[in-house]
Amino acid sequence: MLSALSHFQLQQYWWLIMSVVGSGLVFLLFVQGGQTLIDVLGKTKEEKNMVINSIGRKWEFTFTTLVVFAAGMFASFPLFYSTSFGGAYYAWKIFLVCFVLQSVSFEFRRKKGNLLGERTYEWFLYINGFLGAFLLGAAVATFFTGSDFIRNEYNLSTWQTELYGLEILFNFTNVALGLAVLFLARTLGAMYIINNVDYSPIRERGRKQVGINAAIFLVFFLYFLVRILSKDGFAYDPITKEVFMEPFKYLNNYLEMPVALILLLVGVILVLYGIGIAFLRKSTQGIWYSGPGTFFTVLSLFWVLGYNNTSFYPSFHLQSSLTIENASSSHYTLTAMTYISLLVPVVIGYIFYAWRSIDKKKINPDDVKDDSGHHVY
Amino acid sequence: MMDFIDMTLVNWSRLQFAMTAIIHWLFIPITIGTTYIIAIAQTIHVKTGDPHWEKVAKFWAKLFGINFAIGVGTGIILGLEFGTNWSNYSWISGDIFGAPLAAEGIMAFFLESTFIAVMFFGWGKVGKKFHLLSTYLVAFGASLSALWILVANAWMNLPLGMEFNPDTARHEMVDFWSVLLSPFAINKFLHTIGSCFIISAFFVIAVSGWYLLKKRNILLAKRSIVIASVFGLLSSLFVVLTGDGSAYNVAQHQPAKLAAMEGLYDGSEGAGLVAFGILNPGKKVGDDIDDFIIKIEIPKLLSLLGYRSLDAFVPGANDLVYGNDMHSIMSASEKMEKGKVALDALAAYKEAYAQGDATQMEESLAVFKENYYYMGYGHLHNPESILPNIPFIFYSFHIMVMLGFAFVAIAALFLYLAVKNRLEKQKWLLWVGIWSFPLAMIASMAGWIVAEVGRQPWTIQGLLPTMVSTSNINSSAVILTFWMFLILLLTLVAAEARIMYLAIRKGPDNKVDEKKEGGSHA
Repeated sequence: MLSALSHFQLQQYWWLIMSVVGSGLVFLLFVQGGQTLIDVLGKTKEEKNMVINSIGRKWEFTFTTLVVFAAGMFASFPLFYSTSFGGAYYAWKIFLVCFVLQSVSFEFRRKKGNLLGERTYEWFLYINGFLGAFLLGAAVATFFTGSDFIRNEYNLSTWQTELYGLEILFNFTNVALGLAVLFLARTLGAMYIINNVDYSPIRERGRKQVGINAAIFLVFFLYFLVRILSKDGFAYDPITKEVFMEPFKYLNNYLEMPVALILLLVGVILVLYGIGIAFLRKSTQGIWYSGPGTFFTVLSLFWVLGYNNTSFYPSFHLQSSLTIENASSSHYTLTAMTYISLLVPVVIGYIFYAWRSIDKKKINPDDVKDDSGHHVY
Repeated sequence: MMDFIDMTLVNWSRLQFAMTAIIHWLFIPITIGTTYIIAIAQTIHVKTGDPHWEKVAKFWAKLFGINFAIGVGTGIILGLEFGTNWSNYSWISGDIFGAPLAAEGIMAFFLESTFIAVMFFGWGKVGKKFHLLSTYLVAFGASLSALWILVANAWMNLPLGMEFNPDTARHEMVDFWSVLLSPFAINKFLHTIGSCFIISAFFVIAVSGWYLLKKRNILLAKRSIVIASVFGLLSSLFVVLTGDGSAYNVAQHQPAKLAAMEGLYDGSEGAGLVAFGILNPGKKVGDDIDDFIIKIEIPKLLSLLGYRSLDAFVPGANDLVYGNDMHSIMSASEKMEKGKVALDALAAYKEAYAQGDATQMEESLAVFKENYYYMGYGHLHNPESILPNIPFIFYSFHIMVMLGFAFVAIAALFLYLAVKNRLEKQKWLLWVGIWSFPLAMIASMAGWIVAEVGRQPWTIQGLLPTMVSTSNINSSAVILTFWMFLILLLTLVAAEARIMYLAIRKGPDNKVDEKKEGGSHA
């Protein structure tokens, strides 16, 4: 049945799936953002514990989504997996360290005998929050700005600088998206905690943080958006597959794909509305607007990256660039994977159900006591 | 395909993978098996309403939680390491290897991570039955995750369901079901998951046995031992059974690994199985020195286990390297020549493609296809390199097998004495139970050494050597990150071990109950 789809249709479908997972991941970075606000929102030990337990109950979603994004890229666009991970080596390894640190920190932080002390695990959460979110943003920015690798006729790639990915920090557009993602994560983190913790001093501080971080986020995000919309983009000829630089490529993509443009506009409006009600009207519901808004905005960015004859992982050596056509798995594998992807709605369904059943009751000071008899972070 | 091979890079890449895999495996078996033990205790609680069973479930869930976190953290390193350190492999095999990993993510990881939140935080917040279901879903998710990654690993040992596409220069999947249902995959899954259950059973037995020695948490310890010893006995019998299947598959598809497992240099008909032996350290392939200093052999058993026939010929290391005309075994050097022909034809095909020479493309492709099966051998430099390290594999295999049989007896003894309620008096057995946990860990690690080191020199058996599978990076980058991860992981392992020790020493939270229950029976 599904094998009737052409290879190109399947490549587009898989780019859609990966953009959905990737956009979900950026929304879920509220966990990382929340981690950077532990001391700002929690002044006493009890308050801090409430903040950590609130986001701590969600860290595995973000982590799993990240892993699934990586595994999904491996299965659907393996050339991206081999080229980027094997080339931007240091950037990804440092990114990995950030997430290894996170994986143990919630569980170990308050456990007796944890060797390093409570504060060190909080620092681990900070490192994961700040560096993890920033690096992810900066790495994704290279999808627009390009990287320095050469791919040979066997599709084996070699990075052309021994900085192996650290060079992405020398490009301000990359840094700008890194900072935008970081401050967006902090804004979302504050909004999530306002919603999830039933304790007014934390909510009050969270509201203030929404304002501050949203302002910084907007500066960097607008810079990034203007920059990519006004720059030349990596396009390819659909017939010859030759890659070339096209003026205003990403702007053209938005104009030529009105759905992406609408998603972008709706997304940005929702993000701003969520920020507005959380900051100005003391609403606890901001996350339910800014979260989906983030999702839609990032989704539109993924679309202008991968669709409309655009190279999604460009190289300065133009013909080495990766497109959804040359980087993908075979027709057979994408078909098999497409059957597996039919489970995605089921997954989203049970996540939604389980999330609701745990979050029905908001976090309060009693939830974080050591002797509560429950699992506590 | 690759003009220059940097062995420093290859060795450090292997070392980094081995290090992260070993540390990951310290935690994974307990995660996979203990959830079932927790689920069983929780089921009894839901059925009987006995609050003590809830306490049993909660206590093991607490230890499980400590263990789970670090298992997740070390797991992500391995997943991404395929890309960072083995990017050539990731491209050449990604069309097949990526799919099970993505299936693992979509089907298993979300199941685990979603319901683990309910399992941890759901006490009193969600209904008892939904909570119990969540525990089972976590257990099921962990096993499903193991299935997919082991399917991927099995494919490396027995590459099925694919063909090589010269245009993309990679292997491409043509039959998903033969990848998923390959006999190697099914056996590997059953054998490995069985070993995880044994380790978990002995983890529970070791902790409970320690409580009995200390004369505390008696009821919890006895009840836990009953569940764990049934679980351990069934799984250790199962592991013996699937071990036979694994060895059969190795004999059929990886003769060099089998020769190493048995220290078999000269093949023979009706080959015996070495039950115990000490290899001659000076022995090399191709020489006339005796292979063993001493050995106890069971006649004809290797032929029977490997080929299901008492008189079947089992090739030894010498036959595989130098060939054996009588049994139509091609020598390694002949395979290497054919492999070089295949690689040259592929290069000629690429060259012709670049110049738009259709005739030359067709000719080269025909030559390539004829020799494709030996393609991997074209990268090798000497015939002896088709063998893994024989003593290392031989001893690892024999340690695993001996311990495997011992576990059946130990689990049976625990079950018998637990049912008779005579465990507390058998101090020696409680100590054996405590030591069985690290021994089960060692047996399992030894099994992985046989599987992975035994597959060398290949990442994909016969088709892709390890030395051309790495990323194209400077070895210093791999060395630097090796130390970075080693220091990080050892620190976290030490923290984990200490937290675990103190949590066990503290025991289940509510000590008042324990005093009351101290004298009662399981």
